[in-house]
Amino acid sequence: MSASSHNVLPRERSVNFQAAATRLVAVGSKRVTDVNKRNLWISHVHRIRDDADKAAFAELYAHFAPRVKGFLINSGADGSMAEECAQEVMATLWHKAHLFDPSRASVATWIFTIARNRKIDILRKQRRPEPEDLTWGPEEEPDQTDVLALQQETEILSKALTTLPAAQRELIEQAYFGDLSHSEIAKKTGLPLGTIKSRIRLALERLRQTMK
Amino acid sequence: MNKMMSTDIKHHLTDEILMGYSAGTLPEAFNLMVATHVSLCDACRAQLAACDAVGGVLLDEHDIPNTQMQPDSFAATMAMIEQSAPITKTPAVKMPSVLPSPLQDYIGGDLSEIKWRPIGMGVKQAILPTSKQASARLLMIPAGAAMPDHGHHGLEMTMVLQGAFQDDDGYFARGDVDIADSDLEHTPMADIHEDCICLAVSDAPLRFKGILPRIMQSFIRI
Repeated sequence: MSASSHNVLPRERSVNFQAAATRLVAVGSKRVTDVNKRNLWISHVHRIRDDADKAAFAELYAHFAPRVKGFLINSGADGSMAEECAQEVMATLWHKAHLFDPSRASVATWIFTIARNRKIDILRKQRRPEPEDLTWGPEEEPDQTDVLALQQETEILSKALTTLPAAQRELIEQAYFGDLSHSEIAKKTGLPLGTIKSRIRLALERLRQTMK
Repeated sequence: MNKMMSTDIKHHLTDEILMGYSAGTLPEAFNLMVATHVSLCDACRAQLAACDAVGGVLLDEHDIPNTQMQPDSFAATMAMIEQSAPITKTPAVKMPSVLPSPLQDYIGGDLSEIKWRPIGMGVKQAILPTSKQASARLLMIPAGAAMPDHGHHGLEMTMVLQGAFQDDDGYFARGDVDIADSDLEHTPMADIHEDCICLAVSDAPLRFKGILPRIMQSFIRI
């Protein structure tokens, strides 16, 4: 699929994005596909940045918009608010495509942080203090070695998460996708707070060991 | 290298707090602590990036049920994009300061803009406006002076911005965070060389041991 073709048939492509995304994950073994998929997402963001490529955006949309919506619903948004916020998150992706740096985050991580920020703005209605930006040199294309290193780390992290003991993985998922503090998880699961904390600590420790 | 950046921070934020920031589940005052500490601490910045990456992998691979977008969703988003202006990043002009920029945003300026109020024994504080689940304040403890003896109900984190203090947990200099959980009684003592300025956040009001401070507590919201 060439980057220029989007000018010809943007509508048709946008209608067909679901099928395109399905084809995408049907190719090859799952792991290989995951790596290819992450690469593809990066080039999609670059196509949006360079060519305002709607076809690339449609594929990202098909994969991520429903997930962002699910994340927001789990965080307490009702269906229509989650729908609207997910659209806004994806619109932000389009507008900020030139700021995406694949040596610092995967596309999924980047979208996750945009969605998390939106959640705090809209659902929690809090101000959102952010760390100072690191002062980088003049804007440059990120080093390909760093981009590759980050992709490899993401792959290892992804595998490590799937091999966590179920109890640990579930707690991590609840912490991120149940919008619960550790004491709220304790109330919901009936597990003592100390157990929750030590299981999450164990999980993070395991992840850290795997990343070494 | 910014000379206000601390490179030898010894007391860091916990994984639990960093993960809470990443997941977006912390009260605002705690987010302010994380943003302020991470502005000075490369180790916690890296750990926070790792927590964000966990969120990214979960978003990418997690099976979330029942999340179909509306049929007109994509067209609506494209319309939204066409109506809104592109987002440009204005490079922040950053002057070296005792206060990292997240704190300056809350104060509305640098050190000189802080509206200090005396709370006794030479100690001054300035409460920062955050959501009510937790509180954030700046403390100024004169060189060599002690904070009133106090215990904690909830979780309190105190980070040094200028000077240093010593308590039972050790010696805390710029960037270091002292984390005090329930039931700990402690008496931080400022280093003699310089007035000590700290950011303190807490998810419960402090209680003081003496009668007088306890009466004062209701007036000064410490």
